Amino acid sequence: MGGRTKKLLGVAIVVAALGAAPHAGLAAGGPATVELDSLSKLFGSVPFDHAKHTGLAGNCAECHHHTLGEAPVKENCGRCHKANQPAKTVACRQCHPAERFEAGYMASVAANPMLYHNGKPGLKGAYHQKCLGCHQAMGGPTGCEDCHTMTDKGEAFYRTGKYAPAPTAHQGGH
Amino acid sequence: MKKIDRRNFLKGGLAGGAAVAATGTAATAKGAGTFGGYPDSMGVLVDLTKCVGCRTCEAACNKEQGLPAPEKPFNDTSVFDEIHEGGQKRRTTEKAYTVVNRYDVEGREGGPVFRKFQCNHCQEPACLTSCFVNAYKKTPEGAVIYNPKVCVGCRTCMIACPFYVPAYSYSSAINPVVKKCIMCYDTRLKFGRPPACVEACPQEVMVFGKRTDLIKLGHQRIKENPGKYVDHIYGETEVGGTSWMYLSDVPFDKVGFDTSLGNQPIISYVKEFLTVVPMVLTIWPALFTGFHLLSNRKEALKKEKETKGQEV
Repeated sequence: MGGRTKKLLGVAIVVAALGAAPHAGLAAGGPATVELDSLSKLFGSVPFDHAKHTGLAGNCAECHHHTLGEAPVKENCGRCHKANQPAKTVACRQCHPAERFEAGYMASVAANPMLYHNGKPGLKGAYHQKCLGCHQAMGGPTGCEDCHTMTDKGEAFYRTGKYAPAPTAHQGGH
Repeated sequence: MKKIDRRNFLKGGLAGGAAVAATGTAATAKGAGTFGGYPDSMGVLVDLTKCVGCRTCEAACNKEQGLPAPEKPFNDTSVFDEIHEGGQKRRTTEKAYTVVNRYDVEGREGGPVFRKFQCNHCQEPACLTSCFVNAYKKTPEGAVIYNPKVCVGCRTCMIACPFYVPAYSYSSAINPVVKKCIMCYDTRLKFGRPPACVEACPQEVMVFGKRTDLIKLGHQRIKENPGKYVDHIYGETEVGGTSWMYLSDVPFDKVGFDTSLGNQPIISYVKEFLTVVPMVLTIWPALFTGFHLLSNRKEALKKEKETKGQEV
């Protein structure tokens, strides 16, 4: 946990430093790779090639929304979040909660009815919606194990691999 | 949950019968009220546009509910090509309380639509209405649960359900009962936690929350994404409203939803009729026996008179 926090903090510092010098080599900046491992359980961590993706996206706001001080991609977001207003943090997990449906978090959202981002996805949802959404649109890999390998726990959960059900006479006999 | 055993059930039946016999209006007054759902009940909003058909929800359900091993692994997508009895796609069974199906919608950008389905946990459930042993219960948290101990396996609820959800344990020769999704009531919902499928979903296709909040969220999503969604939340009003609701970017009838169900709870169709049943059963026998006796008495008297006259 400590190492992970440090790593993410490192990422945040690097990117925040870049954010302080707006637009100067942003597309090429940021960490080279980020290990997305905070949720790994059924699947292993994802070695995310940040450098490659900054090149592909061409625009930090594509994934980081308004947090880097670039103008948001969606016009509607720009009504509140204009350019040159970088946020303090840029790591996904700082805004997208890992425990999206935890009672305390849900209560805090409910207690603030004026909150605009009340339907903001959790960390797992944010990763998958953003990554997979773009992969589908741009023809990137879309299989689960194209990005992360299944762990032993995962194989047991999905009843696959060495936990796969024994083939029956019925199976495939249609 | 109040325990319902055979004794209580019979007692309830007798008491109810007596009440109806005493005042014919008692049942009418009770039956005429509109329930409309518990105010703080929870629900789930399913956004079909986000589902990628990974079947993680099915695996999570299997694990949480301790269901038997599936025929195929949960990461096997060949199940989407299965065609069952009557050309149907997969349905919920005693071994799978939720299933995902694929719908190839012509002209849709971005490929097929995947639709997860399970019990929709109606506000006024038809299964509950139809169950003559009172096995079903709609909990204040929103789940429609059932007591397998009192279920006699009559399968009336399977016919009553407008979504064809309850399945039957045909595999059990000794004690076959009905099986369906209970929204993880025993292990999660009761403690304020979302159903296992909701939490397991990598795409956050489903949002768990208060039903009233989810309706607002659904309409907000429709509004914020002009032209993306069909301007309707399936389940907001259907059959009186359901705890599970859906957003879609293609017409609902194209992806397996029945759009002809109307907005009335199923109970509304039978309420009027059912309130008459106890009256028919209790008053009619007495009334018509009386008529019978009256008319017979007339005849009998007439006959008596005639025979008397002959004798004289």
